[in-house]
Amino acid sequence: MRASPPTWIKLLVPIKRTVDYSVKVRVGPKGVETAGVKHSLNPFCEIAVEEAVRLREKLKERIESITVVTIGPPKAADVLRTALAMGADAAIHVEVKDGQDVQPLGVAQALKAIVEQEKPDLIILGKQAIDDDSSQVGGMLAGLLDWPQANFASKLEVEGDKIKVAREIDGGLETLMMALPAVVTTDLRLNEPRYASLPNIMKAKKKPLKKMKAEDLKVDLTPRLETLKVEAPPARQGGAKVGSVDEIVSKLKEAGVL
Amino acid sequence: MQRFASASRVFTLARRSYATPPSPSALVLIEHKDDKIVPASLNAITAARKLGGTVTGLVVGEEASTKAVVEGAQKLGLDALLHRTSPALAHALAEPLAPVLAALVKSGNYTHLTAAHSAQGKNIFPRVAGILGVQQISDVMAIESPDTFVRPIYAGNAIATVKSSDSIKIFTVRSASWDAAVSGEGATEVDAKAAEEVGKEQAAWVSEELTKSERPDLGSAQAVVSGGRGVKSKESFDSIIFPLADALGAAVGASRAAVDSGYADNSQQVGQTGKVVAPSLYVAVGISGALQHLAGMKDSKTIVAINKDPDAPIFQVADHGLVADLFEAVPELTKKVEEAKK
Repeated sequence: MRASPPTWIKLLVPIKRTVDYSVKVRVGPKGVETAGVKHSLNPFCEIAVEEAVRLREKLKERIESITVVTIGPPKAADVLRTALAMGADAAIHVEVKDGQDVQPLGVAQALKAIVEQEKPDLIILGKQAIDDDSSQVGGMLAGLLDWPQANFASKLEVEGDKIKVAREIDGGLETLMMALPAVVTTDLRLNEPRYASLPNIMKAKKKPLKKMKAEDLKVDLTPRLETLKVEAPPARQGGAKVGSVDEIVSKLKEAGVL
Repeated sequence: MQRFASASRVFTLARRSYATPPSPSALVLIEHKDDKIVPASLNAITAARKLGGTVTGLVVGEEASTKAVVEGAQKLGLDALLHRTSPALAHALAEPLAPVLAALVKSGNYTHLTAAHSAQGKNIFPRVAGILGVQQISDVMAIESPDTFVRPIYAGNAIATVKSSDSIKIFTVRSASWDAAVSGEGATEVDAKAAEEVGKEQAAWVSEELTKSERPDLGSAQAVVSGGRGVKSKESFDSIIFPLADALGAAVGASRAAVDSGYADNSQQVGQTGKVVAPSLYVAVGISGALQHLAGMKDSKTIVAINKDPDAPIFQVADHGLVADLFEAVPELTKKVEEAKK
């Protein structure tokens, strides 16, 4: 006889505030210029929040709560409000100083401390943040917790007390089945995030947002990587147009690729 | 972002017990699929050699299905080759494999652990880094010294040089930035054993659906033909993009728009969130050239763009841009490329 599934699932969704994906970033003397640049919720985190909300729509009362968490400067509270407006219930903000460099290992360690407090059954994160492009936090957190992981998910189904996840791998898809608690990271194809409606944005202002500091979690966020320099990539000498297909063929012959 | 973290340096000095840093000793995870070495692993070996110390290869998996891989790896001129087997490592799942890697790094006193920045490397290495408490360095494009690495951030719109204070450096390698290690004469001796510290099997492998293709692998191809939204349908993708790719002996790529619209498979996506390629020739057909797409192909040697919109951003990076209707220009190009080869 199979064990009866747990009656509820508690979701934790770690999210990040990043420079908006549509902004063409500029590299200044002190690195990438972020002051006065439009920021928003990292696109993969948006997909993670959307998936959490859809799970509740599908599983109803089996989803006990959806908590979003971010580790970031004071302004990162904005993305928590965005996630609350999309349908999350509560938010936790681990506040760090403006401009403080927090690296994936520090984030994963802080999240582990939060997991010990909140005791979630399922953690959904984005597969990578579009600013540092590290793609590490999900795997690191799963390793620290010794929980199963499903990175780059494009489909997530809850089956009883297990989850079935299709992951995007090189050359195709791989399907895994794992028991909860587990860590899942989202790929682009998992879903299409909703827009928060105005009434929901208003309601989100009243939802609980707990602030804490790294010291409260007893984690050391000191970066292990020191950034020595940040440069603009070498510019390409592009822009030449040709008039016909024949010209392309002859240029390719000249270049020796044909 | 805070650039200089003096606190972390004090911390490292306190931990370091030797007077001079040890000579680099790198362990490279050799990825394999269907009894073959995944080409991106060959680029990771070249990167490991750049560290200037010894380079040890590691093949893990089921015993029976890794024999040919080990034979291939023996010819790569590695200083040593480890072969660790367990039935639990059949599908290279992160949970059983990561503890094996963590234990090997510790018992072998390796200073560096590396692999390709492929789906597998991205899946397994952060878990190893978490277990060992190390800040991983992802997608390394260049190595300045055994502790200083160069990597792209912001979709390749900035290049950061970072110095690690961890005693073990764990990094993944951007294959497009490195040459592939080549096979030669001679054979490295193999240290074969049952894997130790195999992690619990927490996730069960259910199935796999791979896109079958006779064309070259996208990640390592010398030429790539990619189609975008402008191709308009799956039918025209198949009838226009594929023949040109075949004429050029090229792999087939796609923009996110083409993948989202179902013209091509997810695994063919080129860009920040898909594959990063740097072939000799990249042909962009009906692709406007969004930042996220450029992130995946702007290091290609020669870029050809065919688009009917003269203001498409792709033309700013293309060496040879043709403003034309792709439905006429591409078949014509296919025909002329075939003729040129005769």
